[in-house]
Amino acid sequence: MTVDELQQLALKEQEAKQRYRCRINVCVATGCIMCGSERVKEAIEEAVKARGLEKEVLVQGVGCLGLCSAGPMIYVEPDGIIYHKVTPEDAPAIVQGLVSTPVERLICPPDLPFFKRQMKIVMENSGTIDPERIEDYIAVGGYQALIKALTEMSPSEVIEEVTKSGLRGRGGAGYPTGLKWSTVAKANGARKFVICNADEGDPGAYMDRTILESDPHRVLEGMAIAAYAVGAQQGFIYVRAEYPLAIKRLRTAIRQAERLNLLGNNILGTTFSFSVELRIGAGAFVCGEETALMASIEGKRGTPRPRPPYPAEYGLWGYPTLINNVETFANIPPIIRNGGEWFAKIGTERSKGTKVFALAGRVVNTGLIEVPMGITLREIVFDIGGGIPEGKRFKAVQTGGPSGGCIPEQFLDLPVDYESLTKVGSIMGSGGMIVMDETSCMVDVAKFFVEFCMSESCGKCVPCRVGTAHLYELLRRITAGEGTMRDLELLEELCDLVKSASLCGLGQTAPNPVLSTLRYFRHEYEAHILDKTCPAGVCAIRRAEEVPA
Amino acid sequence: MPAAAATLERPRVTPPSDDKRWRIVEATMRRHGYQPHALIETLHTVQETFGYIDEDAMRFVAQALRVPLSQVYGVVTFYHFFTLKPQGEHICVVCLGTACYIKGAPQILEAIERTYGIKPGETTKDGKLSLLAARCLGACGLAPVAVFDGQVVGKLTPEDALKQIRRWEEDDGR
Repeated sequence: MTVDELQQLALKEQEAKQRYRCRINVCVATGCIMCGSERVKEAIEEAVKARGLEKEVLVQGVGCLGLCSAGPMIYVEPDGIIYHKVTPEDAPAIVQGLVSTPVERLICPPDLPFFKRQMKIVMENSGTIDPERIEDYIAVGGYQALIKALTEMSPSEVIEEVTKSGLRGRGGAGYPTGLKWSTVAKANGARKFVICNADEGDPGAYMDRTILESDPHRVLEGMAIAAYAVGAQQGFIYVRAEYPLAIKRLRTAIRQAERLNLLGNNILGTTFSFSVELRIGAGAFVCGEETALMASIEGKRGTPRPRPPYPAEYGLWGYPTLINNVETFANIPPIIRNGGEWFAKIGTERSKGTKVFALAGRVVNTGLIEVPMGITLREIVFDIGGGIPEGKRFKAVQTGGPSGGCIPEQFLDLPVDYESLTKVGSIMGSGGMIVMDETSCMVDVAKFFVEFCMSESCGKCVPCRVGTAHLYELLRRITAGEGTMRDLELLEELCDLVKSASLCGLGQTAPNPVLSTLRYFRHEYEAHILDKTCPAGVCAIRRAEEVPA
Repeated sequence: MPAAAATLERPRVTPPSDDKRWRIVEATMRRHGYQPHALIETLHTVQETFGYIDEDAMRFVAQALRVPLSQVYGVVTFYHFFTLKPQGEHICVVCLGTACYIKGAPQILEAIERTYGIKPGETTKDGKLSLLAARCLGACGLAPVAVFDGQVVGKLTPEDALKQIRRWEEDDGR
């Protein structure tokens, strides 16, 4: 396929779409499928057929609409009506609503802050295109950025544009993407690789899964542009085995892109060749760490190795390798399309663009949101999230998963960017955001994360393997009412040791949940130790006389 | 990838039995040119086809890919996804991610543990039910979540979970 043929295909698809008077978009991402959206889609298709409207109404499965707690969600275009909590029985009424008035009881108010306060760049196509059809992606301008890069820009110009955008790695650490790309581009190697890290292991985070399920081609396009910029010919996507739907849609997407020569040899008639292979993880959290991930692709146990040398110089099988997160690659096509300066206008001084967060826990609206950097936590939790249910009191918001921390109420007006979150003892992380109310015990939460890191520690280095086990034991004692004030000191000392001496990110950040809860919720620890009570009523504390000497 | 080793002249390693399912495993290895780095992909296929990975399978894969048996065993035991023992007829996976934990997943797990006397990773003596705990299924918006024989159920209560398992027992009893 040539560039011209692709443009014609885009036009043809756009015309085909416009022939329909309206489109009923049913969310078929994992969240809504769990609520039965596939049956809803079938019922609507039948209802459309029953009224003989097949030529006027298009029923299509689309990616995530965001408000997962109110699934299954439906989005009707061009009216812009959003229905929520739809059942198959509602199908005839919804189809009837296309010709008369919409079904009032199912309408999700479009002026809800949940939708209004968001800003979509990565998720721009989510909810409007069918993720299983490459033609849909092409019709909305997909692969135009790749064409632009291949035909109008040199690799160094592509890197220049990404650098200008100020994009930073969305996997959590926030390393400048442009800088990483130029390091790989400069590195000497007989071959180079591009890896997409889709091993989203943080509990409470599912942004990458949703991006892959809703718009897989965007990630492939981003990878291809990256490969062109750094001079790689082969790419890998490392996905968790826990995400079967994302794997299936990626397989479909790769096959379709190969068929249209958007992946493979001499892409679009140019001299650039790039192919992508999938690698399925096997349930090891540590494989999200880049050197462990590469070991896993090589078919070995996923244990990290010391850095430097960094993967940019010595990566997969010893060749220079670029590793970026799913969301980072998903940001690339719009940056190339609209220019780095456009992207740099969004966000704060040092954190540019938008960030996708998975909002969950004790909050009214749980789901997936994309917000500009610099928005405050209060806006996210209380405006977009709708506050705490059942009139309970907000206690903390946990960001960054097991590597992050708990942010208390006094920092709710903090702007969300890489630096601010680090300053208060948490991290941006991959984007999980768990809201906790007064029913959550912060010591128990710390124990939960330490237990997680303990069992996910790969065992290679001692500080992490032994340290996390002892951290857990200390926290177990405290939550069982057997702790002493000396244990608190030990806890702090041990946190410092594990943090400074561990080999990889898993161990280095494992103490963060403990340190941040100790910093802001020390009184809860003390209540467990001194009063032998759990203020939230979560921990089963034994009475003092039962404690063995 | 490293330079392709000469894969054509190697003697064919015969599968441990004449079970036709080994052909599926061999197909995966062939697709990757019998390269050692195909180990995890091959083990995925073994587990998908047989439900678990036993010693015979490990020996076969080790020989065919020319990887030391110790490395195969190391990989199989390192990754949570691989299992050395056959699973029960029905599998219940309870998600223990942060959102599910906050919203009561421990109570669900406890209810099942108490009723059936098994801990995560174990199977009932009659081989009917396996209980597993997952790190995060990525369905946090609908927490707490569990998977019953591949079907994901959200906003679960301990009672719902037990009801679901009882339904299996009733269906099998018929």
